[in-house]
Amino acid sequence: MNAQVNAPATAPVTHVAIQSVAKRFGTVPVLSDITTSFAPGSFTSLLGPSGSGKTTLLRIVAGFVTPDEGRVTIGARDVTDVPVWGRNIGMMFQSYALFPHMSVARNVAFGLERRGIRGAEAARAVGQALEMVRLTGFGDRMPKQLSGGQQQRVALARALVIKPSVLLLDEPLSALDRRLRQEMQVELLRIQRETGLTTIFVTHDQEEALTLSDRIAILDKGRIVQAGRPADIYERPETRFAAEFLGDSNFLSGTVSQGAVRLGDGTVVQTAHPLPAEGSPVTLAIRPEKMAVTESAANLLTARIVTVIYAGPVLSYLLETRDGTKLKLFLANRDGTVLPEGETISLGWSPDHAIPVAD
Amino acid sequence: MALRGPVGPRRLPDWMATTALLLPAYAWLTLAVFLPLLTMFVFSFLNKTPMGQAPVEFTLRHYRAFIDQPYLLGVAWNTLMMGVWTTLICAVLGFLAALALVRCSFGRSREMLLVLILLPFWTNGLVRVFSWTMVLRENGFLDSLWHLVGDGSVGFLYSRPAIILGLVHGYLPYMILTCYIALVTIDDAVIEAAQSLGARWWTVLGSILIPLALPGLISGAVLTFVPVIGSFMEPRILGGPVGMTLGTVIEDQFTQAFNWPLGASLSFTLLAVVLAIFATFSGVLRRGTAGAS
Repeated sequence: MNAQVNAPATAPVTHVAIQSVAKRFGTVPVLSDITTSFAPGSFTSLLGPSGSGKTTLLRIVAGFVTPDEGRVTIGARDVTDVPVWGRNIGMMFQSYALFPHMSVARNVAFGLERRGIRGAEAARAVGQALEMVRLTGFGDRMPKQLSGGQQQRVALARALVIKPSVLLLDEPLSALDRRLRQEMQVELLRIQRETGLTTIFVTHDQEEALTLSDRIAILDKGRIVQAGRPADIYERPETRFAAEFLGDSNFLSGTVSQGAVRLGDGTVVQTAHPLPAEGSPVTLAIRPEKMAVTESAANLLTARIVTVIYAGPVLSYLLETRDGTKLKLFLANRDGTVLPEGETISLGWSPDHAIPVAD
Repeated sequence: MALRGPVGPRRLPDWMATTALLLPAYAWLTLAVFLPLLTMFVFSFLNKTPMGQAPVEFTLRHYRAFIDQPYLLGVAWNTLMMGVWTTLICAVLGFLAALALVRCSFGRSREMLLVLILLPFWTNGLVRVFSWTMVLRENGFLDSLWHLVGDGSVGFLYSRPAIILGLVHGYLPYMILTCYIALVTIDDAVIEAAQSLGARWWTVLGSILIPLALPGLISGAVLTFVPVIGSFMEPRILGGPVGMTLGTVIEDQFTQAFNWPLGASLSFTLLAVVLAIFATFSGVLRRGTAGAS
């Protein structure tokens, strides 16, 4: 492909590693003992609620925040004590952060000038970067003459043109409207694949994380609670938090009894996954789309439909069991049938889909 | 028909409302500024102060003052230099102070620091200037500090630097505030983006902060330069014998020589010079204010 040939960022793929990093703001611990690594050419999402420390972790990689403990390496280089301007990073910000007093071309050329690249060589690189983000011919515009999506593309071109060792994205799409955001996700993914840049992406949007990443690290209260391939985390969440934050989940609490889980009302739920010791309390997570309306399944539960949400392709039912446990059920909208509110139904699911999670 | 809100008196047409709102301000400006200025403008063409019984004549003589009395050219030059230096020092100090306020202070402490900056505004100008004479005169406060380590006098009262010191003290707050307003609107991420692209602090300062704060620097410069070249209190009190500026010359015409027409004509000449300077730089000014928004 043409764009492939012209790809401005052909820097060797770089490995990024974080070793036992900790950070406190005052007395408040923001990150505790984070050790993780980002494989060369991988796209990793740091996913977590606000205050989870995901942005701080990204800013530690960027160099805006110095960790209290631990080391950061980019490639073979320990950059823990290297200031931001010496790290060769490409960064995108939520607010675009274009230089408002410079034309698009000068914005993109800014990083090249800092590297002593000027004149024809710089102009060529700027042209290629703008082509890559499909903004050829926009070089003379001022940022305020561009739409939000276009500004974000300029920011991406500006970050790519310097052939960074690592691409750091701080919720870059959250200021865009939904349609534009999806469009930019596709672009971002295409460009990341073309350039092969190791990419770290901060987001609180689980859908975005699932769509874009080949690895997700879920953060909560300054710790990585689970990291892995999106499908692995989705199918096998290890904690209640991970199950809840990535996707939706139903939770049933009970105690381990003879290789199964006995709920409060006496119902026994089978699981195909290893359980803790006999008699200990346990929580099972079951994805709402993995339940079905059936009377013949290994696990059955009756519940009353409280609310029906018609979302087009999917029907969401909010249910309540007799003992007051709230459940969600997602059914594909196959033939337009909508079960009425108030009806009591029998839910069934396979032991494979009941995942024991830590609280 | 659309539903109407609570029933009230009918709305005035827009033009009427606008006029009604603007009228008091413009009427006051006409009375308080324009009319006295016009009177002075008329005076500047008269051969003597129109008081008493003596007949007055129309003359352009006072506008030839700079040719008839060449020493005024030197005074004018000194005055302009005083304005340039004061503005320059205010710009450097004010920009740095505003930068420190924006980048390194938060919440309460920032409010406190802003109040401290405004303090010179709340003190009487005369008191402010006289307090400097206490500091700068021989055996004044500055000398008593100096005497802890050395002999002689380092006081520099009655010198041009003393005038500029007093003027900077008086006009620095304008510069700090205008720069502060310009700097506080700059998104932190813009600075971080520059750093991430390899910019060190001097590049951030020169390529990002100063260009983006230019509207503030320019308005601060205008707010400083114009009153400074017309000032007479600081030059007279802190400059003593060397403190002759257009401002003091004009003041003398009104209070000592009782030659109002000459004072008025000098005032209008000064105004013309200021306007000429701004006209010359208007291109830069407009670009500076339009460049960042």
